[in-house]
Amino acid sequence: MTQTDRNRIHVAGSCIPLPGNNIDTDRIIPARFMKCVTFEGLEAYAFYDERFNDDGSEKEFPMNDPRFKGGSIFLVNKNFGCGSSREHAPQAMARFGMKAIIGESFAEIFLGNCVSLGIPAVTADAEAIVALSQAVEASPALEVQIDLDEKVVRYSDLIVVIDIPEAARQSLIEGTWDSTAQLYANLEQINACIEALPYL
Amino acid sequence: MSKNLFDKIWDLHSVTTLPTGQTQLFIGLHLVHEVTSPQAFAMLEELNMSVLCPDRTFATVDHIVPTEVQTRPFKDALAEKMIQTLDKNTRKHGIKFFSLESGEQGIIHVIGPEMGLTQPGMTIACGDSHTSTHGAFGAISFGIGTTQIRDALATQTLAITKPKVRKVQVNGSIKAPVSAKDIALYLISKLGVNGGIGYAYEFAGSAIEALDMEGRMTLCNMSIEGGARMGYINPDDVTANYLKGKRYSPKGVDWDKMTAFWEDIASAADAKYDDVIEFNGEDIEPMVTWGINPGQALPVTAKLPTLDSVPSDERQTTEQAYQHMLLEAGQAVDGISIDVAFIGSCTNGRISDLREAARIAQGHHIANHVKAIIVPGSMAVQRQAEAEGLDKIFTQAGFQWRNAGCSMCLAMNPDKLEGNQISASSSNRNFIGRQGSPSGRTLLMSPAMVAAAAIKGHVTDVRNFATQA
Repeated sequence: MTQTDRNRIHVAGSCIPLPGNNIDTDRIIPARFMKCVTFEGLEAYAFYDERFNDDGSEKEFPMNDPRFKGGSIFLVNKNFGCGSSREHAPQAMARFGMKAIIGESFAEIFLGNCVSLGIPAVTADAEAIVALSQAVEASPALEVQIDLDEKVVRYSDLIVVIDIPEAARQSLIEGTWDSTAQLYANLEQINACIEALPYL
Repeated sequence: MSKNLFDKIWDLHSVTTLPTGQTQLFIGLHLVHEVTSPQAFAMLEELNMSVLCPDRTFATVDHIVPTEVQTRPFKDALAEKMIQTLDKNTRKHGIKFFSLESGEQGIIHVIGPEMGLTQPGMTIACGDSHTSTHGAFGAISFGIGTTQIRDALATQTLAITKPKVRKVQVNGSIKAPVSAKDIALYLISKLGVNGGIGYAYEFAGSAIEALDMEGRMTLCNMSIEGGARMGYINPDDVTANYLKGKRYSPKGVDWDKMTAFWEDIASAADAKYDDVIEFNGEDIEPMVTWGINPGQALPVTAKLPTLDSVPSDERQTTEQAYQHMLLEAGQAVDGISIDVAFIGSCTNGRISDLREAARIAQGHHIANHVKAIIVPGSMAVQRQAEAEGLDKIFTQAGFQWRNAGCSMCLAMNPDKLEGNQISASSSNRNFIGRQGSPSGRTLLMSPAMVAAAAIKGHVTDVRNFATQA
């Protein structure tokens, strides 16, 4: 395993808390910024309407807060990333600096999109998220470590149990989140499946 | 116990079990649009791969299409670039493109069914969360991200974990003008916007079986708004009758063979589910969302909730909803003033939706302060509506009659709310900023409710609306 791969399953960094339930992908990246044919530069539009006023000046928002500058782990609550399937959402966050995300729960398509990008999206219970958020507020530079091998988050002297769908954990550990090659290797079985389908 | 439809289709399309434990699932129909696909085609080319099943892949342009002036090149250079990119990608890879020039363009979830591409027993994927719509035919149909579009293009398969299946049964019946949209909003308000995470929903029961295909599509379309990535309804005679004679529907001997397959694929009467939940159709009234997610929906006869009446973990969202919507706790839903009315979208932009809206609009005129637009879901819907004279009814009533596209559902084209305008909308999402203005506000409801609100200038109970038809 390369160092890069190891860094995906042992993410360490400071946090950016984004409190609130049901934060949808329209808020993560408003549709008007999806008029593009590449994902390049999308970090400029991550949470655009939450970060900027109409005149372009900055609003008070965690991603603008100098205390959280350089944070690579987003801390969120329930049903994060609901709504549109747009991969532009995790792409914009990843390009902004997201290496991992810890939440109470994630919308399914958003979670799948994160994993496709090699980004661990892990869940912890509500109390643990509250405690971690409070610790981050008190000490924004706090280093938080996510360990997918042990399925825990460590900070200060604390250990928090986390969860992640086992298939996602396996694909991040095995380095198979980028799935095209693996899927294509089964071409023979794909053809057999086609043969057996009544409508093809 | 026997299998449900979901298990049967899943087994039929399982290529293999991957080392992660996920299923490699074959995708029988891959639908493509201009917003989420360009990066996927670029990734494919970087890998030096081609599209494995171009004949099972179909594309159209819907999100960025202007609904007024459609002369090319579009005024919006970015939109023009997106349509050109899709045109280039589909040509290069031999994919059928229902373009503006073909006369067959429309919202992908409207044209798939109307062409007969969507059929029972299939697996269907598209880089669009409202792909759940096609589940109305008894298919496993779901939205995917762009990296997964690449996988679907390259291998016609996806790595995916099998969800659990919850049977959502609506007994009894609903009484018109209560509609499928009201059922959808009612169920989301009861089951929560995240209640469906990890589940596929099977919608069943007499109130569901009584819906026509377009109503079924409306309901399945909004599964994702309740957190369920997939929703479906078992195929029956209504399904087969809808598909008969459609362009891509099976013909001749194939028709008999396929209808037999569709019968077999439906859930057995004693099928097993991970969960079953029941509701009564009689309890469902015309519904209106008042907040910032589709679960914040109430009967039109209700009053907005007070903070202390909502569960503690919803209070923050409720507070934020009041702040954004500029509405007050205790205020009646009936009577909320509107600025804009929008009828269209993959949820409610089909011919039956327009007929219902026209039935309300006929002989009336929209309120002076309201801007109202009608956007058919496809060029075919537009032609049909014009043949029936619905466009005249709308324009005489003061509505603007537009060309087909996604339009103000998500405002990637020039149709947008301005400032903090509030809209009555037949679309699917009332998220902050969804309709193009960061401070814009959205009230979701059925097309009939939108038409009535446009005429009155405020939300009104369509059951009490005096039609002149």
